[in-house]
Amino acid sequence: MSTKGIPIFLRRNQLQSLLDALHGAGYQCIGPRVREGALVYETISHIAELPQGMQDEQSPGRYRLHKTDSPRLFAWANGPQALKPLVFSPRETVWRVRRDEKGRLKFAAETVQTPLTAVIGVRACDLASLKILDQHYRSDAHYRARRKTLLLIAVNCTHPAETCFCASTGDGPRADTGFDLALDELEDGYVITSGSTKGKAIADALPQTPATREQRRAGKQASTEAAERQTRSLPSRNLRHALFSNLNHARWQDVAARCLSCGNCTSVCPTCFCHSQDESAHLDGKETEHYRQWDSCFTQGHSYIHGVTIRADTPSRYRQWLTHKLGSWHDQFGRSGCVGCGRCISWCPVGIDITEEAAAICGEGQ
Amino acid sequence: MSQVAAATKTLVPYEAEVMGRTQETPTVFTLHLKITNGNARKRYAFSPGQFNMLYLYGVGEVAISIVSDPEDHHILHHTIRAVGRVTNGLAKLRQGDRLGLRGPYGRGWPLDAALGRDVVIITGGLGCAPTVSVINYVMRRREHYGRLSIIQGVKHAQDLFWRQQYETWARYPNTQVLLAADEGSPLWPWHVGPVTVLFEHANIDPRRSIVMMCGPEGMMRAAVKNLTQLGMTEADIWLSMERNMHCAVGHCGHCQFGGAFICKDGPVFSYTEVKELFGVRGF
Repeated sequence: MSTKGIPIFLRRNQLQSLLDALHGAGYQCIGPRVREGALVYETISHIAELPQGMQDEQSPGRYRLHKTDSPRLFAWANGPQALKPLVFSPRETVWRVRRDEKGRLKFAAETVQTPLTAVIGVRACDLASLKILDQHYRSDAHYRARRKTLLLIAVNCTHPAETCFCASTGDGPRADTGFDLALDELEDGYVITSGSTKGKAIADALPQTPATREQRRAGKQASTEAAERQTRSLPSRNLRHALFSNLNHARWQDVAARCLSCGNCTSVCPTCFCHSQDESAHLDGKETEHYRQWDSCFTQGHSYIHGVTIRADTPSRYRQWLTHKLGSWHDQFGRSGCVGCGRCISWCPVGIDITEEAAAICGEGQ
Repeated sequence: MSQVAAATKTLVPYEAEVMGRTQETPTVFTLHLKITNGNARKRYAFSPGQFNMLYLYGVGEVAISIVSDPEDHHILHHTIRAVGRVTNGLAKLRQGDRLGLRGPYGRGWPLDAALGRDVVIITGGLGCAPTVSVINYVMRRREHYGRLSIIQGVKHAQDLFWRQQYETWARYPNTQVLLAADEGSPLWPWHVGPVTVLFEHANIDPRRSIVMMCGPEGMMRAAVKNLTQLGMTEADIWLSMERNMHCAVGHCGHCQFGGAFICKDGPVFSYTEVKELFGVRGF
């Protein structure tokens, strides 16, 4: 059976049928909503909750939303979250242990229960980063359980932010693979393409108006234009050699003088996977919970080992992050760890731009 | 199916009981541990150079190499220096106390590559702990290996523990034990100086030898330099690395050394695998 089928077209006022089909198939729906001045993924039950007319304005250290008259629901690039929090929990219990009055310990694995979840508004860069996380956490039971429940509905990006550079990393703006359904947003509606049998089953439950050739072409054209509008770039080629040949470059000191070592970049990065494991003991002393939570290579504790901190200063931490993300990542995953989403640029409180730092360290010509 | 349930069983420790405890120096102690669940104990097997995650109730986990003989998987020995939050707490455990243990993790020493060759063990400081099990392993299969050289350096003469053990090893056939202290003492019968001063006494045959090394990275760097000057090839020099470890399965990211996850790709590496960043501050 073909997973693709023929792309169909839904007018904007028919889009609720997509949510209804998802709900009917047992999915909870998560989509973009405006919260505290940013777009975040939250539960939605009605299309009216989507950010109609909202556009984002992003630049180094800056993220602002503003309302326009556009009827579009996805006329923005991205918010601080990618899919990462949905599959790799910011904090979760891994196991618990009880101690009885004789001091005996009883360990118990923590079970996660994850509901079927459809995510609407997934970007190509998010899909690319999810593939990396899939590879990294392939043997992690909690990750796999969450991942298995996801149904991904991509919306091809038509409004890249000034901070976006997915075209240069080869990860967008058009979603090619990894989605269950993909939407092209046009002025009056959506061209919907299936990418999996799971997605096709949902598409089959929608009104079956085939998309016209013009509509399909308009969708693709919008992606091409979105790629052309991107001004930043990072070479897709392996920067490993260039970075590791420049471990004493003066720029590490320069960027560290600006960097606050706050870890915002690693929190918003859709591929950063570091986490710590720690304990939360109950007050009665009878039980304790072993949990893991997101960690960052910018913290003091990240490189601590028996009384020594391997990376005690900011230059060494920024260098660790960048040489890993763009360099040694290739050793581990066969590709760069950057998908060009630009989040680390926008959400850096001092506006450090990864593309600028990489160019300064690897040479302008790269 | 409306939801999926799963549990990360592989990250959950076994309960272990402290069967014995040895105070090696004022800050170094050895715990003798037994996994309390009989089936888990029977299934447990490790190879020299691997490590366990030891868990102190309510405090946390720490990666500790296994020093006991791999053939005796009923009692697992861990030699620990009390230096941090978890290890200071582990130091207070006594016989009968319970803790958590999961493992073994990582890639151990290249025992197959060492078959038929001279084995040179070089350690510094408490660094000898990860090599004790490989020494015992070779001792039990003495005829499968050439000459065994055990070369150990310590900072101060009083830092040396397992003195009796070294004396016992020295009596084995085709085995030499060479010890050095950076700072000697009146009753120190061995060499004074860095561990590298011992290399000229060791008569290492660079073509026949395989080196297994553990200790402070500064010491290992000096040792590699001296060994390659003696004609050892870098691929025949193996070393055990350590970094911060939380998960021990290559997920948490703390132990990364360039592209390597020390917990699963190591902790034992050939020098060629790590030389690019070895000794570079901040990695």
